[in-house]
Amino acid sequence: MKNIQVRVNGHPVAREIPDHRLLVDFLRYDLGLTGTKEGCSVGVCGACTVLLNGQPVSSCLALAVMADGGEVTTIEGLAEGDRLHPLQQAFIDYGGFQCGVCTPGQIMASKALLDANPHPTPAQIKEWMMGNLCRCTGYYKIIEAIQAAAAEKTEP
Amino acid sequence: MHEIHYEAPTSLEQAVGILAKHGDSARPICGGTDLLIQMRAGVRRPHYVVDVKHIAALTGIAFDPKSGLRLGAAAPCIEIFENATLRRHYPGLVEAAHLIGSLQIQSRASVGGNLCNGSPAADTTPALIALGAVARLVGPKGERQVKVEEFVVSPGRTVIQPGELLVELLIPPPPPHSADAYIRFIPRNEMDIAVVGIGAAITLEGDRCTAARIGMGAVAPTPLFAAKASQALVGKKFDAVAIENAAQLAIEQASPIDDMRGTAEFRRHLVGVLTRRTLERAAERARRN
Ligand SMILES: Cc1cc2nc3c(=O)[nH]c(=O)nc-3n(C[C@@H](O)[C@@H](O)[C@H](O)COP(=O)(O)OP(=O)(O)OC[C@H]3O[C@@H](n4cnc5c(N)ncnc54)[C@H](O)[C@@H]3O)c2cc1C
Ligand code: FES
Ligand code: FES
Repeated sequence: MKNIQVRVNGHPVAREIPDHRLLVDFLRYDLGLTGTKEGCSVGVCGACTVLLNGQPVSSCLALAVMADGGEVTTIEGLAEGDRLHPLQQAFIDYGGFQCGVCTPGQIMASKALLDANPHPTPAQIKEWMMGNLCRCTGYYKIIEAIQAAAAEKTEP
Repeated sequence: MHEIHYEAPTSLEQAVGILAKHGDSARPICGGTDLLIQMRAGVRRPHYVVDVKHIAALTGIAFDPKSGLRLGAAAPCIEIFENATLRRHYPGLVEAAHLIGSLQIQSRASVGGNLCNGSPAADTTPALIALGAVARLVGPKGERQVKVEEFVVSPGRTVIQPGELLVELLIPPPPPHSADAYIRFIPRNEMDIAVVGIGAAITLEGDRCTAARIGMGAVAPTPLFAAKASQALVGKKFDAVAIENAAQLAIEQASPIDDMRGTAEFRRHLVGVLTRRTLERAAERARRN
């Protein structure tokens, strides 16, 4: 067991956890932050994407102890009170999801993109978002939503 | 996943101490993009897992025009392809690092881990072989250096002994008028394992080739240095005939298998195609240097 201290969505969290706890399980089961989804469990689908110290990582392929002393941002950390993050709003406005399973991961990956590059081209969006699979949308709506959030356009 | 003891030492001595003490039941972990998958599947079951990402000796990337590149084993791929100096001097290595997985993977996966995992299809390994990279290992008995082409001994097994760590990769400085390149074939656009991957580094003096090294991935149980193909280029005019000759020698050395990604025959064909293309790409770059 290890005592870890992590800032999760801006709040300090201290927990004692077994060394083999995966970051995705720590978030979902120890902290109850079930917005982060586990899809493939092997790093391929991106559903479990969270930001660890600002960088997008697959939380299914990280140990929670590796986040000790660091900062984790999950989908639950994006809205400010009742006000959705522009990306969340754009995914709604532009139909960027259907079943929604991949959406937290899509939004966390696109948040990292806009943090690094506030005005990406469609080609840059496609390249960055390569690690986020979606069975439902056909991807174009996701790209449109990200472009709209980047342009701060709220209505289609 | 099974229970483990996780340690995150900050010095090389501590890390080697823990690894040496626990022998076969301990394993280094870096980005975890191979090891955690293997542990989750129960394929590898180390009881002690030693995180090497906090050891300064393993994380640096330092280039010196005279002595070349010291690439820390734990440096993540993203730091490699975002590094302007590496893009300038080792574009083939950068190409290989950039091919690994998605951003979520590249932000964690290291070149050291790619090599130490011992896969015959690891993308950065042929690129390292082409550059003549040497692995510097430190263990309880001291330090040693191993050429990258001798590092992997069989699929999933390397020269690393219990207690040893790969500290860094030592890569010679690129000579004038030289350049490297890496090309792999996968049936999809992204996110797949190489069916064949070829790395090449060449030096041109006018239209003559004065040095060449070709590395091959996914064509044998371990990554290979294509010695005959490389030597055949040296001292000759670098033209279509020489390239074709090298490609044929590379095909002769390959001993691929049939698997779900492709038949042995298809792989041999790819060795020819990719050797030609990689040499041409490296040459095009070398002419500009
Ligand atoms: C979705 C996905 C896509 C991928 N795509 C590709 C691809 O296209 N091409 C490709 O080549 N690979 C690919 N990979 C695999 C690639 O991510 C790994 O090979 C990676 O480079 C390993 O580095 P790591 O730091 O994550 O190593 P880890 O998983 O931490 O370690 C790998 C092995 O190396 C050992 N090790 C690590 N560091 C050291 C050290 N310093 N000294 C001694 N031993 C050490 C570990 O004990 C372990 O056995 C992919 C992986 C995923 C999950
Ligand atoms: S669940 Fe982590 S990448 Fe698919
Ligand atoms: S919205 Fe269903 S998987 Fe993407």
